[in-house]
Order: sequence, then C-alpha cells, then structure tokens
Amino acid sequence: MAEVTLVEAVNLALARAMQEDPNVIVLGEDVGINGGVFRATVGLQKRFGPERVLDTPLAELLISGLCVGMAAQGLKPVGEIQFMGFIYPCIDQLVNHASRLRNRTQGRLSCPMVLRAPCGAGIRAPEHHSEHTEAMLAHIPGLRVVIPSSPERAYGLLLAAIRDPDPVVFLEPTRLYRSAKAEVEDNGEALPLDVAFVLREGKDVTIVSWGAILKETLAAADALAGDGISAEVIDLATLKPYDEKTILASVAKTGRCVIVHEAVRTGGFGGEIAALIAERALASLLAPIARVTGYDTVIPLPRLEQHYMPSVGRIAAAARRVCQFA
Amino acid sequence: MVETRMSDATLSVIAHFDVRRRRVLAADGTLVGPRPDVAVNALTSLYRAMVLTRTFDLKAVSLQRTGRLGTYAVSLGQEAVSAGVASAMQQEDVLLPSYRDNGMLLWRGVKMEEILLYWGGDERGNRTSGPAHDFPFCVPVGSQAPHAAGVAYALKFRKEPRVAVCLLGDGATSKGDVYEAMNFAGVHKLPLVFVVNNNQWAISVPLKLQTACATLAQKAIAAGFEGEQVDGNDVIAVRAAAEEAIAAARGGKGPRLIEALTYRLGDHTTADDAARYRPPEEVQAHWKEEPIARLRAYLVSQQAWSKAEEEQLAAECQSQVEAAVERYLATPAREPASMFDHLYARLPDVYAAQRDEIGGASHG
Repeated sequence: MAEVTLVEAVNLALARAMQEDPNVIVLGEDVGINGGVFRATVGLQKRFGPERVLDTPLAELLISGLCVGMAAQGLKPVGEIQFMGFIYPCIDQLVNHASRLRNRTQGRLSCPMVLRAPCGAGIRAPEHHSEHTEAMLAHIPGLRVVIPSSPERAYGLLLAAIRDPDPVVFLEPTRLYRSAKAEVEDNGEALPLDVAFVLREGKDVTIVSWGAILKETLAAADALAGDGISAEVIDLATLKPYDEKTILASVAKTGRCVIVHEAVRTGGFGGEIAALIAERALASLLAPIARVTGYDTVIPLPRLEQHYMPSVGRIAAAARRVCQFA
Repeated sequence: MVETRMSDATLSVIAHFDVRRRRVLAADGTLVGPRPDVAVNALTSLYRAMVLTRTFDLKAVSLQRTGRLGTYAVSLGQEAVSAGVASAMQQEDVLLPSYRDNGMLLWRGVKMEEILLYWGGDERGNRTSGPAHDFPFCVPVGSQAPHAAGVAYALKFRKEPRVAVCLLGDGATSKGDVYEAMNFAGVHKLPLVFVVNNNQWAISVPLKLQTACATLAQKAIAAGFEGEQVDGNDVIAVRAAAEEAIAAARGGKGPRLIEALTYRLGDHTTADDAARYRPPEEVQAHWKEEPIARLRAYLVSQQAWSKAEEEQLAAECQSQVEAAVERYLATPAREPASMFDHLYARLPDVYAAQRDEIGGASHG
C-alpha cells in the first residue's frame, strides 16, 4: 500500500470511479490539462480524454447547472468548484433543482451528481478562499453534504458519493490536502455515507467535529489524556443526513459533549447537534454542551486567521470546563 | 433596422453579423412570402393543437377563479410558439420548458389533468405521461438553460441524434444563467435549440427595460452561433424556423436561438392584474395579431377549413377539457407521509421518525 495525501486520495477515487463507470464525467475550471488548481484531477484528462474531463468556461452556476442536466440524462457528473468561496452561484441550482428534481418529478427524473469544493482556512490563501459554510448546504432537503478528514475517508467517501443515486456536495479540507498522509489501498471500496466515524474512543467527554479541525481536536484529546480525561472523538463526515445514533450513543456513555467546527457559531451545524442532544439525551448530560467554533466574524485574511480558528488550547479548555462542571 | 456603429469610421471592421426575421403569414392570414413545405393537413393539426391549448388555458383560469386550481400561467396569444416548436421535435428529443409552455407539454403527450394536478398543488402532475426524459415546468426563470446545456452535452457525448429544446421568456434573457448556458453551447457546438418566447412583458417590466438590444435573437451572436427572429404569432413561420434549427442541431451544426416575437395577451399569471401597468388599448391592438385567428383565416382562404369543422373542433376541445377537469378534480390528495417518498432514492433512516410523525398525526 502506498502512502498518499488527501488530495492524491481524491485523485485515486476519481480515477477509479471513471475507470469503473463510463458515465462518470469530471468537469470544472482548469480540471483538464492543468489537473485542477489543487491537482485533484491531475492526469485524468490524459487518461480518459477531454470529453470526460472537461474544462468548462469560468462560470460556477453553469458548472452546477450542467451537472443537473447531465445527471438527469443518466451521466454521473462530478463538478469541481475551485474554492468554497465560489460555490455561492451554485446555490440556486442546488436548492431549486439538484436537491429536488427527484421529488418534484416523483421519481421520474433524478440527479446523481457530485459537486466537489475545497473548504476551510489555514493555508494563507487570499480573500474568499477560506470559506467553511457547510451549514447553509446542510439546510437543503434532498441533498447530501460530506466532508472527509483523512485520505482514507476522502477516497472511500468520494467513491460512495459518486455511486450514490442522489446529489452530494463533497467538501474537501484544503488544509489537509497535502498535510494529511496515510496508506490508502486503491481497491474501489467505498465507505458508508450518512455514518459518523469514531476516531478515538473515550468515556469522559464526547467531542464531535468534522473536516480539517479534527486535527486540532485529536491533538486536544491527546492533551486531555495527559490530564486523565478520556475523550471520545467523532468525525461526523456526513453532515446531511447526519448520524444521530452515533452521537447519542456516545453522549449516553460520556454525559458530556463538546462540538468543534471551523465555521462561524451562529447558525452553524454545531447548533443542530446541540439541539439533538438537548431533545433526545438531556437526561444523560452531566454538564452543559460546549461549542468551540470560528467566531461570528468574517474569516480574517491570513495574518489573523490562526486567531479565528479553534485551537488545540481552546478545544482542550472547553473539554476541561465541561468535565469540571459540578 | 436598428444600427449601432462606432463613431470612428477609420477603424477596420473585423466582424459583421446579421439578424434576420422570418414571417410567412400577415396578421390577416394572407401570405407575405413563400409558404414553407408544410402540408395543409399538418397545418390543420397545428390549428387543432392551438385551439385545444387555448380552450384548456381559459378553463384553467376559470378553475382558478372559482377556487379549484392554484396560481396558473396562461399562455394566451402564445399558442403558435408551443405548437410550432413542439411539432418540429421528435419524441426522443428533450424538452426543457418554462412555466408557460402548456401547449408544448400537451403536444408532447402530457395529459391535461396532469398539468392541472401540478398547478393544483400536487407533485404527481410532474410525473407525466409525456416523454420520461422531458424536464418539468421550470419556475425559477432561466435556470433551466444550464440544464439544457447539460442534457445536450450528454446527448452529444453518447453520439445520439437527439436535440435538447429549451424554452425561455424575454425576461430570462437578462439572466446570467441563460448567457452561461448559451456560451457553453456555442463552445461545444451542442445539439441545443433555445426558443425565446418574447411576449414583451416580464410581469410588469416591458422589453425596453429588459434590454437595449434591438432583438433578443442577437444575443446568440455573442455566444458564437446564429439567432433569428420569427413572428411568433405565425405558426407556419415558427414551425419552419424550429424545423430548420432542430435539423441543424441534429446534424451536428450546433446550437441556434429562435426569438419568437409574440405578445402576452393575458395576465402574467392568475395572481397578476396587468391593468395596473399596461393600457388596455395596447392589449386590444395585439389581439389583431393573435395566432389562432390568423391561421384560421389562412386555412379558410385555402378552402382547408370550414365553419362546420370549426364548430366540431370547439365542441371536441370543450369536451376533452371538461373530461380532463373531471379526472383532475376526482384525484384525491396523496398521503401526507408520501412527501418523503421521493426525497432520496432511499430515505435515510434518520428521517423515518419524521415521516412516521406525519403518518401518526393524521386526523383525517
């Protein structure tokens, strides 16, 4: 088995999906000869040809709308948006069409598309290149929203997303693209969607997170272990629809929960999880739920972005507070 | 003719474009040019389709007015666009309609009760008896244009001799969606025909506030393909333009745009009152150009249509529509919990409890 980065795992999954299904089409800006701005599609055009790996005009709405039309015709389009900050022109297509084509035609047409976009801060990128606005996508009925946090999950979940009969937005943490490395066997095996992954078992506090910030979350769990606090770390992975069972089972065991996300707090997906626990597991709670999130500010340009993001210290401090609650 | 020229005549002309207008029948039904090769019995079926569409539309409005239908977009005055374009398509072609193309859907085999069911508030109306690959009515204006480009790309990719036909209104041409789709269609020479039904009003906004362009047909030029304007009240001209454009697209010659110049004789929808923003004299003047009387005058002049046939057709349309209305009104609402049935291919387990909550909360 070869050790690959997260972005290489994305590339492996795309190549595998294209190899096994001639209906899979990759489209986006610069995805062809250039292999994508992050090189996620490198080599694909040479291998599968320009009709299947398609450089589109510079028009994000078009990319998402093309995917809807192609998917309704039985292709399996995988569109790439270069950064999450440029996904907003696609929202109309995602809300009004992709997510409801099956429902509004009562199953006559469907929309098996994937829209990939890198997300998140921490790579000292220019303005509009550090967005983490998954909550607005997770609000859309009929859609799936998936965020991998390791090369293995990038590979397995992307394969699952492409094979899924419904539309999936697949958000890839830019900060992990090259920093996360792992051995990934290119065996075509998908990982399950709609399922959370328990990355570390523990008994004192549940920490739920997703995306790049799991790196800090896991480091915080290490630090907590040094204090004798045993933290269970859950990678939510699929935000829509999300795995309530795994969260509730963990909170039933630990009685404490910290939710960590890079996105802003207000209206963030952490609020949804907190509400779930309040509705369904209040009796298990030994302490108030805590959220460690990006602040309710515009994500700052690189000089301040480190101060915006949840840090190991902030996460560990929140977990200690929760564990010390009388 | 409208001409726009740069002031500096010393600069070289590096590109030159023409926009042409097609018209066969004058408003009084007399020929103004050579009649395209369309058989007279083909013309009578177009006529029948237009009359059926109008009968259906007017009935739908009366259903809405009496509380038996939701908001409805009447296509009054635009029947020639529907009949002319739909009749030039093959069943295997893919239609991407706007919300006002009722006549197109009827020609394609969608049942009247299905259209009523949709506007009556039931998604099952979109699971139509028409071609399974056709798109449903598109409500967000112009957002179907990128779908049409995606569909046409798929058809070309599979080397199928099929064409996508995308219907738009004049307002839609102001949207980026439409330009992005046209631009892409031009780049890839897609088998795609855009038909812009220019009825000159986008709810209350007249064409002159929509664009400074002399025609909407010329918008195709910026996307690298041909556009033509056709008299949209002249079904023979619309049919001929659509036939040519669809044949060209099918033959690998790429996209075309047809601007069908019509006039919205009705309100935008039943929720609109056009008297608020346009004078009745303007509407009255356009009634003189409407497509059904025009074709009838021509058919009568050719001894191809009689008063008896007219009366028989009116009665037939009326009874067909009435029968469809009865079937529509007799269709019970679906089970509340069925709102989850087609949300996903398979409902994720986490939503089962919500579905069951609806089922259990039914109080009849």
